[in-house]
Amino acid sequence: MKKDKWGYGIHPDRQIDLDNANLSLLELVRQSEPSYNLCIACGSCAATCTAGNLTTISLRRINIYLQRGMIKELREEIRRCMLCGKCYLACPRGVNTRHVIIAIHEALKATGYEEL
Amino acid sequence: MKKEGKEYIWKDYQKEIAEDKYFYVRSCVRQNFFPGSEWAFQKILREELKKDLFENAAHTSCTGIGYHTEIVPFETMMTVVARQFALMTEAGYEHFVSSCITSFGIYSEILETWEHFPETEARAHQYLKEATGRDFIKPKNLAHTGDIIYKFRKEIVAKGKYRLVHHQTGEPLKIVEHIGCHYSKMFPHRGIGGAEYPYVLVGMIEDWGGKVVDYPERRHCCGFGFRQYIVRANRGYSIACSRKKFESMEPYHPDAILTNCPGCPMFLDRWQYAISEMEGKTYGENGHGIPVLTYEELAGLVLGYDPWDLGLQVHQVPVEPLLDKIGIPYDPSKKFLGKDGRDLGRPEAPHFLKFYKES
Ligand code: SF4
Ligand code: SF4
Repeated sequence: MKKDKWGYGIHPDRQIDLDNANLSLLELVRQSEPSYNLCIACGSCAATCTAGNLTTISLRRINIYLQRGMIKELREEIRRCMLCGKCYLACPRGVNTRHVIIAIHEALKATGYEEL
Repeated sequence: MKKEGKEYIWKDYQKEIAEDKYFYVRSCVRQNFFPGSEWAFQKILREELKKDLFENAAHTSCTGIGYHTEIVPFETMMTVVARQFALMTEAGYEHFVSSCITSFGIYSEILETWEHFPETEARAHQYLKEATGRDFIKPKNLAHTGDIIYKFRKEIVAKGKYRLVHHQTGEPLKIVEHIGCHYSKMFPHRGIGGAEYPYVLVGMIEDWGGKVVDYPERRHCCGFGFRQYIVRANRGYSIACSRKKFESMEPYHPDAILTNCPGCPMFLDRWQYAISEMEGKTYGENGHGIPVLTYEELAGLVLGYDPWDLGLQVHQVPVEPLLDKIGIPYDPSKKFLGKDGRDLGRPEAPHFLKFYKES
């Protein structure tokens, strides 16, 4: 608003407030796929992803969105996964990454956030 | 931890502040922003504390704003600063006192550089000699004017007429303190309390009867940040920083904000108006803003100086709600009279921020 009068607006705050973050999805994913708790955020999954070569998808970024409760961004990002499971083969911690993606889809459905 | 242990550690967070005989340098912008502040400092030092404060009209800008916007190179700025030191040396003074936090940061940066790289100091002597024929001796003591008010805060309240308490309820007023980033974030040992526990304003508030508000974004920048504001396209960052602080302090219902930098009171005061015009949001009680003061203005109020002599009428956020709480009398009809008694006219009222007292 009033940008014309001032020549600038107020930049939106991009602070991530973990006290107020919506972590309900994270909890559902942790329950549905316990191996997710072993993730060390190394990024091997993202580096090996074929879809990531062609689109913006990064499983490591998906993990960050999930842990920060950034549901809108998460919903967009997981749509790009083709569920090939290549990341699962690359993961040094044995996280069932393919199932993590599926668990996020299910959690979105269960919480109603898929529709938003 | 035992009290003695705490006191022992706290010693490391102190700085030496000279007792008397100050060579005083003004800020280049403060007289426009808060015109009574430097006047109040001089009056307090000379008339209340009977100190020797010397000022030389040949003093110039330290060029700090130009330096931080990458227009003035370090070598140029260093030579300008060397000239300020030469003026002090010629006047026979050794204690350099700067009214500006940006300048204080610049002087600190240069003195630190010279300490670690003596060849740079040698160049400063050479450049100054070549350009002006002058030479200088480095100050024995460098202080910000806020340090001086801090040092004599107990003397000030002892002579004072008012304390920072609600005159009806006797409750301490809730004051937000905001320290300029260049005061101690760059060279912590040069500020009282260092970068972690800057105490310079807290000491004044507590000794003058108020209560400090501890809120989450207490140490966040006010939003000035030089290029954030000076480049118009970046001003959205500047105002976003200020808003972040206002949003964070609002739930604590502060009665005032106290600052020690030229930029901070400017932005914390004026941006409250800009935010109210852009978003209709105000942060004080009943559509008012939160009054923003400099430490000289607050010291002046404690000492019973007339609010209009202190220049409080040029604040964008009216300070009357604070004056009413402390019980400081003022004449509303004199608010917009000039020094010579001439009517200077009334400013246009903002759309949302309450500016004139309802009659
Ligand atoms: S399962 Fe999805 S995220 Fe993993 S490699 Fe395949 S496309 Fe990428
Ligand atoms: S490869 Fe495994 S451990 Fe590494 S970031 Fe991906 S899921 Fe986490």
